[in-house]
Amino acid sequence: MRRSLRLTLTAGIALPLVLAACGDDGGDSASDCPTVTDGVLTIATGEPAFPPYVVDDDPTNKQGFEAAVAWAVAEKLGYTDDTVTWVRTTFDEAIQPGAKSFDFNLQQYSITEERKANISFSDPYYTSNQAIVALAGSAAEGATSLADLADVKFGVQAGTTSLQFITDVVKPSTEPFVYDDNVGAKAALEANQIDAIVMDLPTAFYVSAVEIEGSSVIGQFPASAGGTTDEFGLVMEKDNPLVACVNTALGELRTSGELDAITEQWMSAETGAPIIPVD
Amino acid sequence: MNLPMDTATNRERRLEHERRQRRRSTIIATASTVVVMAAVLVFVPMTPGWDKVRRSFFNREILIDTFPSLLKAFWLDVRIFLVAVPCISIIALGLALARNSRHPALFPLRAAVAIYTDVFRGVPVILTIYLIGFGVPGLGLSRTWGQPIIWGTVALILAYSAYVSEVFRAGIESVHESQRAAARSLGMSSAQTMRIVVLPQAIRRVVPPLMNDFISLQKDVALVSLIGPVEILRRAGIEKSAAANFTPYVGAAIIFLAVTIPLTRTADHLMARQRRRTTGTAVA
Repeated sequence: MRRSLRLTLTAGIALPLVLAACGDDGGDSASDCPTVTDGVLTIATGEPAFPPYVVDDDPTNKQGFEAAVAWAVAEKLGYTDDTVTWVRTTFDEAIQPGAKSFDFNLQQYSITEERKANISFSDPYYTSNQAIVALAGSAAEGATSLADLADVKFGVQAGTTSLQFITDVVKPSTEPFVYDDNVGAKAALEANQIDAIVMDLPTAFYVSAVEIEGSSVIGQFPASAGGTTDEFGLVMEKDNPLVACVNTALGELRTSGELDAITEQWMSAETGAPIIPVD
Repeated sequence: MNLPMDTATNRERRLEHERRQRRRSTIIATASTVVVMAAVLVFVPMTPGWDKVRRSFFNREILIDTFPSLLKAFWLDVRIFLVAVPCISIIALGLALARNSRHPALFPLRAAVAIYTDVFRGVPVILTIYLIGFGVPGLGLSRTWGQPIIWGTVALILAYSAYVSEVFRAGIESVHESQRAAARSLGMSSAQTMRIVVLPQAIRRVVPPLMNDFISLQKDVALVSLIGPVEILRRAGIEKSAAANFTPYVGAAIIFLAVTIPLTRTADHLMARQRRRTTGTAVA
């Protein structure tokens, strides 16, 4: 999983929904689901944002999984094309103390208990598997069990739950190398410094198809591997009342089947990597 | 002759005056420190956002949880630093000597060294680390010899040798030409002059600025983490992401300070001693 920013996006989407719900009570919906700028929903994602989450690095085109989720939540909350603005943030900006520049932020932020102490998450909008990307001839190729991966040198992006997954579940014999982004991991792969990269499955398919020539997704782990489920949520400021609004919106999207449809459209194009059991 | 007869009394009066001045300075320094500290300790916590800032940056539990892993990661920084410093010192001194060579036939050497220092001082250290750390192993080295920690350290050595060689060169050039002339007139060769007369004075003079370069090297060691190895700042970043909290960076800062403050104070002390030696007493 990459970063938590996606969480915010979802939250923004859910806000209008909650507003609608508030309206039923005859209350002042705007104050129940406050946004950074009155009447405008500010959604944040990463810079650059990449497929399959955002297409062409332009979330306003509604193309890509997270862009679509964000827009769906925004519409549920009662916002339209004219009243949604997008901003870009880093992970650090999303978690810094004080007022946020966004209502919600989504960029594959994994929901964890530790993070919840400092930021608020929406309910999950996606559950991801971890996957392994490697070049042909890699030591990780053909692995069918964790034991096969014990002596593999892994590379991983910093600040991801993929790193925690390697350390806690795969437990290779040597410490994984850590990079700022997948560009660094790719360079290390090509320099023969690592055998394989671990990342969330949708990113893995994108990276292997587009970014790293000659690589493929050689395996994936079950979503609930090692007792931890990697779920993406929208990030919001800690204890933001908007969380309830966003969760209502996400709940409605789930019940109506819209979330499934979005997921199917953007995320299930490829899932055909062999599953490596972890238990 | 009208010599001052009460020299002893004058001297006592002067000493007494200096003592009073010193006491006054101490009192003023203490008072201003107390005022500033009070302002920080009292007024900052009164700000509306202080609780959030404290939770994000000064979280005791997170600090205690992450400190041991930070210390462990810091050991990698220390090892890189300890390998790099002697290599940098030797290479930089060699570069400075080459740059100071005077034989006409050595012009290509002087030109090459000048280009080397210009390039490595001008290029961001980050680029040097990426280029050497990924580029050299990418040429086809084995896993063992292509380790990022090796080539990251090499990149740091190359970059810092350029900086440090300029410090050495400045030291060498600060030794007055007349000393060389004197040594040569005594029959010393050019090499002897450099080794026996110039270098001992030059090196003594550049110790303080060298300390500054090495302190900045100690912080730049963290750049090696860009190519994979998990050193202290990377470890702090990982813990930061895991907890969505910046406290691990504060932990890393504490460890850095524990090393750099003694180094800085030592450099200050050396500089002050040298000032006393060369210019007499300091004037307030």
